[in-house]
Amino acid sequence: MAEPAAPDFDRVDLLNVTRRYGRRRALSRATLTCHAGDIVGLFGPNGAGKSTLLSILSTLVAPSEGEVRFGGQLAPGLGDALRGRIGVLGHDLFLYSDLTARENLEFFGRLHGVRDLAARVAAGLAEARLTERAGDRVGAFSRGLRQRLGLARALLHGPRLVLLDEPFTGLDDESVHLLAGRLRALQAAGAIVVMATHDFETADGLVDRPVCLREGRMRALAPGPERIRERYRQALAEAWT
Amino acid sequence: MQRVIVPGLLAVAALMFARAPYLIDAAPYESTMGLVQKIFYFHVPAAMTSMLSAFVCGIASVLYLWRRRPAADHTALAGAELVVVFGVIALVTGPLWARKAWGVWWQWGDARLTITFVMWMIFVAYLLLRRFGGPGSEVMSAAVGLFGMALVPFVYLSVNFWRTIHPTTDVVRSLPPEMAWPFRWSIVAFVLFYAALVLVRVRLERQRLALDEAYAALEE
Amino acid sequence: MTTALRAAWLIAAKDLRTEFRSRELVYTTLFFGMACVLVFAFAFAAPSGDAIAGVLWIAVLFSGTVALGRTFERERQNETLRALLLAPVERGAVYLGKLIGLMILLGGLELVLVPIIGILFTAPVGRAPWLLAGLLLSGTLGFAAVGTLFSAMLSRVQSRDILLPVVLYPLTVPVVIAGVEGTAAIFAADPRFDVARMWLAMLIFFDAVFVTLALWTFGAVMRE
Repeated sequence: MAEPAAPDFDRVDLLNVTRRYGRRRALSRATLTCHAGDIVGLFGPNGAGKSTLLSILSTLVAPSEGEVRFGGQLAPGLGDALRGRIGVLGHDLFLYSDLTARENLEFFGRLHGVRDLAARVAAGLAEARLTERAGDRVGAFSRGLRQRLGLARALLHGPRLVLLDEPFTGLDDESVHLLAGRLRALQAAGAIVVMATHDFETADGLVDRPVCLREGRMRALAPGPERIRERYRQALAEAWT
Repeated sequence: MQRVIVPGLLAVAALMFARAPYLIDAAPYESTMGLVQKIFYFHVPAAMTSMLSAFVCGIASVLYLWRRRPAADHTALAGAELVVVFGVIALVTGPLWARKAWGVWWQWGDARLTITFVMWMIFVAYLLLRRFGGPGSEVMSAAVGLFGMALVPFVYLSVNFWRTIHPTTDVVRSLPPEMAWPFRWSIVAFVLFYAALVLVRVRLERQRLALDEAYAALEE
Repeated sequence: MTTALRAAWLIAAKDLRTEFRSRELVYTTLFFGMACVLVFAFAFAAPSGDAIAGVLWIAVLFSGTVALGRTFERERQNETLRALLLAPVERGAVYLGKLIGLMILLGGLELVLVPIIGILFTAPVGRAPWLLAGLLLSGTLGFAAVGTLFSAMLSRVQSRDILLPVVLYPLTVPVVIAGVEGTAAIFAADPRFDVARMWLAMLIFFDAVFVTLALWTFGAVMRE
């Protein structure tokens, strides 16, 4: 699916990762292991460090302490090609407002060296239900449509690690359903999905590894019969060491 | 070891500065400028120290950009601040001298003066970026430090070539031997003083960082 | 994986296509350049060859600063600069792509400004067109090389609009000296083409050093 030259991996490890900004600890000794087929949910209050964690996983931000390993290897050792295996949908969606939907996908596709570009772009547009709007300027799209296109852009090169920062924000019911379906398909295809979200309802049926973050500290939510929202509230109520 | 080196340097420098006026007084008068020329014994070493500091900052910046060691960052910051400090000394004494010696406050053709000014501006920019650049400003100012250092030969080249096209009254270039001794004495005094200042500033910065980390660890 | 050069060209082409759609940067930068020239026309009562050269270069410098700010402002919306940095290509490719785009924009600006200055100030712009073009090209490249690096670096900083000139202008002093002096040598009543050629050589040397330095540094600087 993805380009053969890029190094592949089936697990991602965060080992005691800390990220400091001056006096502030955005992330504190975070440890997490994700395997192919996992959908990891990051839950936590605003400012807890979810976006920082995703940035570190995307290799854009280096940890102040600790290690990030992709298939057992450190990021610098894997070079620029590693980024070809990572797909990111940020909070700001990473789309050019002045280009059309198709042009956005074509641009990023070419940049990532995607083969059969025309076919993949068409497929991406179809999956995002945006084929009729392919020739429209993205600046004119609603948030929901841009989100769908942003996701198509993030997945165009068939990444192994998919990082999503609050992907369900502003989506209507149909789009939420679509997105959940796509994430399940990714899971079945062996991708590693790490998703920060506040949408507990949707996360319930989707996330199999819920993790809670508070003030930079991380804690896996204990498995149990309750819904994620309950377990999350419980975890926040406790004192964390 | 720090406890010995810094006071040691300061003591030696202080002694040298105390002796300097006598040496300067004993030095011969320069033929055209008379007494005024003697400011040169402070002006030139200050300018040279400022330039030295620019290189210290530049090299430390390179180390910081590629290795991200905090010690490199501390040194770069100390270096940048001292470029500005010694630069001010040079930029104030320079015009004072120039006015009395040649009747003008400033000489664009004087490569030394121009380059001191340009370097001063670059490292003021370094400090402004450090102060107002928000998080991550250490890396950004390191880039400024690096480019500032790389710029030195180019400013020299361009000002010197400019001078061949626009000839101006010449600066005293050659140094008669009787003047060389107090001049070198002055340079050594300045450099020792500079070294002491750098060490003190680096230590201060290191302590500030340790304080920040302790503060952050407190939240653990 | 696409090669670095191909990626750079893709980015530059994308910038040009975006610009062609709205033509916002082209129009505004061009008129800003002309506004500068207008102000200088009144600031200098009867400019000599030296001063006219200065007017041209300051107009280029100011317009260039504005264009740099706008180019990266575009990448700041929707954080597309991060998306570019996430591509599996050398970081230097992103730098190069932005540089090429900026050079094309500023080149177009100069093509318009030079004749206008020739007319407004009766300057002998046609006297040594290739030499003048060489000076402008290499000088603009020197300015853009340093400017693109610092503008990209500052794109996430709040006071980027004022910090960019504060950092950039001192660093591009040799470019301005060489550019203005070389141009003045051509415009002078008694033109010295050999002098202009020397300045051109210096500019080319500056470009070689600083483009290389910027390429080396870009990755390290953009890494948080």
